[in-house]
Amino acid sequence: MLYREAGQFKTTYAEDMAIFPIRQDRMAIAILLGIAFIGVPLLADFDIWPFGSDYLLRAILLPFLILALAAIGVNILVGYCGQISLGSGAFMAIGAYSAYKLGTGVHIPLAWLGFAISIPPLPVLLAILLGGLTAASAGILFGVPSLRIKGLYLAVATLAAQFFFDWVFLRVSWFTNYAPSGSVNAPTLDFFGLNVGTPIERYLLCLIFVTVFAVLAKNLVRGNLGRQWMAIRDMDIAAELIGIRPLYAKLTAFAVSSFIIGVAGALWAFVYLGSWEPLAFSIDRSLQLLFMVIIGGLGSIMGAFVGAAFILILPILLNRIPSELGVPLSTETITHLEFIIFGSLICYLLIKEPHGFARLISLGKEKLRLWPFPY
Amino acid sequence: MRMPDTSELLLQVEGVSLAFGGVKALRDVSFDIRKGEIRAIIGPNGAGKTSMLNVINGFYHPNHGAITFKGRTRAQMQPYEASRGGIARTFQNVALFKGMSALDNIMAGRTLKMRRGLLWQMLRYGPALAEEIEHRHRVEEIIDFLEIEAIRKVPVARLPYGLQKRVELGRALAMEPDLLLLDEPMAGMNLEEKEDMSRFIIDVNNHYGTTIALIEHDMAVVMDLSHRVAVLDHGVKIADGTPDEVKENQGVIDAYLGVAH
Repeated sequence: MLYREAGQFKTTYAEDMAIFPIRQDRMAIAILLGIAFIGVPLLADFDIWPFGSDYLLRAILLPFLILALAAIGVNILVGYCGQISLGSGAFMAIGAYSAYKLGTGVHIPLAWLGFAISIPPLPVLLAILLGGLTAASAGILFGVPSLRIKGLYLAVATLAAQFFFDWVFLRVSWFTNYAPSGSVNAPTLDFFGLNVGTPIERYLLCLIFVTVFAVLAKNLVRGNLGRQWMAIRDMDIAAELIGIRPLYAKLTAFAVSSFIIGVAGALWAFVYLGSWEPLAFSIDRSLQLLFMVIIGGLGSIMGAFVGAAFILILPILLNRIPSELGVPLSTETITHLEFIIFGSLICYLLIKEPHGFARLISLGKEKLRLWPFPY
Repeated sequence: MRMPDTSELLLQVEGVSLAFGGVKALRDVSFDIRKGEIRAIIGPNGAGKTSMLNVINGFYHPNHGAITFKGRTRAQMQPYEASRGGIARTFQNVALFKGMSALDNIMAGRTLKMRRGLLWQMLRYGPALAEEIEHRHRVEEIIDFLEIEAIRKVPVARLPYGLQKRVELGRALAMEPDLLLLDEPMAGMNLEEKEDMSRFIIDVNNHYGTTIALIEHDMAVVMDLSHRVAVLDHGVKIADGTPDEVKENQGVIDAYLGVAH
């Protein structure tokens, strides 16, 4: 009964084209943002369970936010433009390592020319955004094959990007500032003179990034460019005949997607991990992001959040439930159980609703609008 | 029925031949389309009608011949060039963007008219929002015109076939084309839907003054709607003229009914 749009009349097209045209949705999102921006920090400040220990912030909310951001990026490419990519982990790595290089100072010795290119360490925010831009250029480069090949073949081409960059960051020690172990440490996180150190500060930083990028991405996908991407995804021949250039549509999708993934990679490295190795951005990460997008819902920004929550939080819960209930199980058994339950849940979900949680939610909303009547 | 007021040529196809390996889809076909007319292309199955449309909008490249569109002659069109030049098209099997709403499908037809770049669209503020709203106005006019107000927010995959055809016409109209190519707009429709679609085609021609080239199998529709009819058979043009002339043509009767051997 609460979810009714009766009586909400729109008198301008701008109102009709709003992100949340229904008042109840707007209220829900306002409450959610309120909890995220004010509620969580307050709870953490007053040391109220479960926020008393940093566990929830550090191990759940922080990775959730950053991976949700990366999933938004993947969704733009895979969900909206229909170009399957298995190279998301590589683009995260490019974002992370270029932000690292720019944040610690770039020095390119060009001995044979008799001089060297040196860039002093840049402020962290600038380094992160430029890291995103570097990932975007790499994305454009690896997006070029998409003009010729489609579907699974493209997936294999992006897989090549994944392995190539895995190798580059492992073997070319210039990227790790010649660290002997191959592991690098993020520069101190100073934003306009403010040091971001405590878990709650890191959480808020990521929250701001995610909110801003989610809004910008939503604007893109509901605008002209978003329609071009979806047109290419649904029927590329017809798209071409109404004047959409596949070159422009596909490469912008690769660029925007890689930019967001790159920024997420930089945040993952700088804010979540602190110090990291190339392994943090392996093919596992690419697959994890792809699963998030498929389970959350292809072609939905909100789906990226739901998918990230599902893929990230469910295993943690499954892992903790037996010990919380006091069931005496060995750690190994719990891990195996976690895999079994998680795997079957995914299978069940994809059979029941191949379009993911986002479709499930929108169907639920449609039902709710008519409730208690069936139609 | 209103006759086109000019005899000015919009499109002229001269001596076009198209072969796929040994199959000759079109053999030395010449015909023209005058500004403002409804031009039908008919013929039995496999006559090369759709190939002809594909040549016109640059999807196929002919082996020989020349195409003159708006006074410019070239050996072949490119799809992008054709859409820029004002050629819009609907397909025999509906080619809508299945995952998008009817409204978004038609809005996508405005792509060429929208100017704001990526950064503006990302902010969706000021000029970008104004542009989006301006084009929404134009699209809503088309939605009104085609009487599909009730389904504008429905994903097109959920729509019945007749409505999908109408949305596809809307998407083509959103391009504000000079030449509209309709590939069997009434295939698989019942009588009522056919009458609706005929009405829309005549209205588009009258109201927007759009030149229309039409492929259709329903002879009653073709004879009623079109100003001039070209008949293809086995890739060769066998007749060309007003509906009445074509109806009387012995070659056409033979092609459709067969001849005793």
